[in-house]
Parts: sequence; C-alpha cells; structure tokens
Amino acid sequence: MSRDPFSLWVYLAQSPLLWLTVTLFVYAIADAVSIWTHRHPLANPVLHSIWIIGAFLHLTNTSYTTYFGGAQFVHFLLGPATVALAVPLYENRKVVASAILPMLVALAVGSVTAVASVVLLAEAAGLPREVVLSMAPKSVTAGVAMGISESLHADPSLTAVAVVLTGIMGAITVTPLMDRIGVTDFRARGFAVGIAAHGIGTARAFQVDTVAGVFASIAMGLNALVTSLLVPLAVTFLLR
Amino acid sequence: VIASLSLILLCQLAGEAFVRGVGLPMPGPVIGLMLLLCLLLMRDRFALLARGPLQGQDIERTGVERTGVESASRGLLANLSLLFVPAGVGVVQKIDLIVNHGIAFLGVLAISVLITLAATVATFILASRLMTRGEQRP
Repeated sequence: MSRDPFSLWVYLAQSPLLWLTVTLFVYAIADAVSIWTHRHPLANPVLHSIWIIGAFLHLTNTSYTTYFGGAQFVHFLLGPATVALAVPLYENRKVVASAILPMLVALAVGSVTAVASVVLLAEAAGLPREVVLSMAPKSVTAGVAMGISESLHADPSLTAVAVVLTGIMGAITVTPLMDRIGVTDFRARGFAVGIAAHGIGTARAFQVDTVAGVFASIAMGLNALVTSLLVPLAVTFLLR
Repeated sequence: VIASLSLILLCQLAGEAFVRGVGLPMPGPVIGLMLLLCLLLMRDRFALLARGPLQGQDIERTGVERTGVESASRGLLANLSLLFVPAGVGVVQKIDLIVNHGIAFLGVLAISVLITLAATVATFILASRLMTRGEQRP
C-alpha cells in the first residue's frame, strides 16, 4: 500500500483504467435513471453523463487528453457499432424498401431545412460570420461536420460543440414534439431525428423503437452525404 | 461472441482498407456496414455461408433466439448512447466557446432542430400518403 494517498491518486489518474471505469460507471447510473423514468426525454443518458464527467474532470484538474486515454476504448466502438447497424437494417429490409420514396423526399427537404434554418437564424441573431459558418453543418455526425467546417475555413471545434448540442437537443425534443403534433408513424419519427440530430438522435430512436432506430440510422448516413455537398453551396447562396 | 465481434471488426477493417485504397471520401465503417449487409443477404441465398457467426436461426421458425452476429450487434446498438460520451465530454471542456457566444448560439440551434424535425416528419408523412393513394387508384 502506498503511504501517501496523493501519490496513489497521481498514479491512478494517469492510468486508462480509472477513466474507463468513470465513463462506464457514470453512464451506467445515468442509463439506470433513464430506464427508471421510462426513458423520459429529459433523463437523456448522454446529456447527464457528459456534464457529470466534465465537472469531475474540472474538479480534479484532469486534462481531456488524460481522460481520453481511458475513454478511447469506448469511443473506438463507434466504428463497430456503425457496422452493426447492418443487422437491424437487414431485419427490417422490407419496411425500408417500401419507404424509399418518402425517405428520399424527406431527405431532400430535411437536409436543406437543417442547413438553411441554422444559417438564416444565426445571421438574423447577429452572430459573427465565422460562427455562422461553423454552425452550418451541425446536423451531421461530428467527424463529417468537422471536415466540412475545415473546408469552409471555419472553427472545427466550435462545429463539434454545435454538433453535440444539436444531437442532445434533438434527442430531448423529438418525443414530446412528435407526440404533440400527433405523429404515430415510427418510420417518420425516426427518419426526422436521424436527419436533425445524427448519432445521438439515432441512439435515442433505438431506445424508443427499433424501426425508428433503423430509419434514423439511414437518415443519418444519407444526410452526412447530402450535407457535405449542400453546405458549400448553401453558404455561397445564403451569405451573399 | 468472439467470432461475431471478429466478423464485425473484419467488415470494418475491409471497409477502412477499401476506403484508403480507393481514396473514397467516405468513412470506412459505412463500407463495412454495406459489406455485412451483403453477407447477411447472401446467407439467405446460399446455405454454405450460414455457419459460425452467420448461422442466424429465425426465432419464428425454430423458437430459438437469433445467435451470432445478430445478438452481438444488438448488444452494441443497445448501448449506442454510451459511445457518444467520450466525444461529448470533449465539448464540456470547450464550454467557454458557448459562453462567449451566449444565449443566441443555443437558441438558434434549438429552433433549427425543431424546424428540421417538423419539416422532415411532415414531408415523410405527406410523401408516404401520396404514395399509398397513388397505389390504390389504379
């Protein structure tokens, strides 16, 4: 046993074990609360995990690099999880195949709305040009959005912030909004959240309904494709 | 479980290699997804492929829960939210960026999300209604 508790902390704080454990432990609690509240939108496990862990890192003066040393094992699984989306897609292939036309129309309208609404609103709110450009790709998955942001000479880290916030907002608002306007078609609900709120929205959709999750993941993928073509175009048109 | 995970990783690896090799502007895992989907579809066509992680038994036909790559994938996707936590924590670290731009930044994102959700869902439902009506007429 170490006689000095501080040296034990210094040792543990540098090891991946501690930060991997913290990530899984905090998420397990946040998810348990989410299940306990019957997946209440405001009990979103991503939202609560990130602020609790963020506050913990701040209190212990731990750098993100040190934290990521442990958390990278979880982050890595995003790739395999993307491949794994093939299974629900395969199992629901008949439902998907019968909805190709509505999906394509909704994709076109949704992608344009996502980009145009944020650019126009941000301009109207008087945000600086660089911030507006950084916000434009906020509805697509972080990796793609940061690439788009870079190609516009905007600020990729501000884009990442906008992407994660958008994802969480979409995941929280989708259920109350859809219930309010009386949409019971889980294909449409899932597709909308996939377009508006990428992976975090898709994760929410899978918690609610598998069909919604499948449509959300298709929407997320297609939107990443369309948005990377659309944003440079939209920016030249809307920001004249 | 190990065999199923290997199959998933193998698909991702092939996807990454393909993307790098051809120089496609696409994430490798997306190609991996398509590869796994093709394998699952081919499994139904050719009995030869239906072994190991791809053996896939239908719960309706045999009463046995699907095993192999199906259950491994379901396990991964059931905890999809968890996988966004490490990147999300990075955003909390950049909280000063949000504070700098204040309420307008958050407000614009929130309104844009609501508009996007509503526009997409309305279009989807309208298009699917028009389609079913078109099918009924002839």
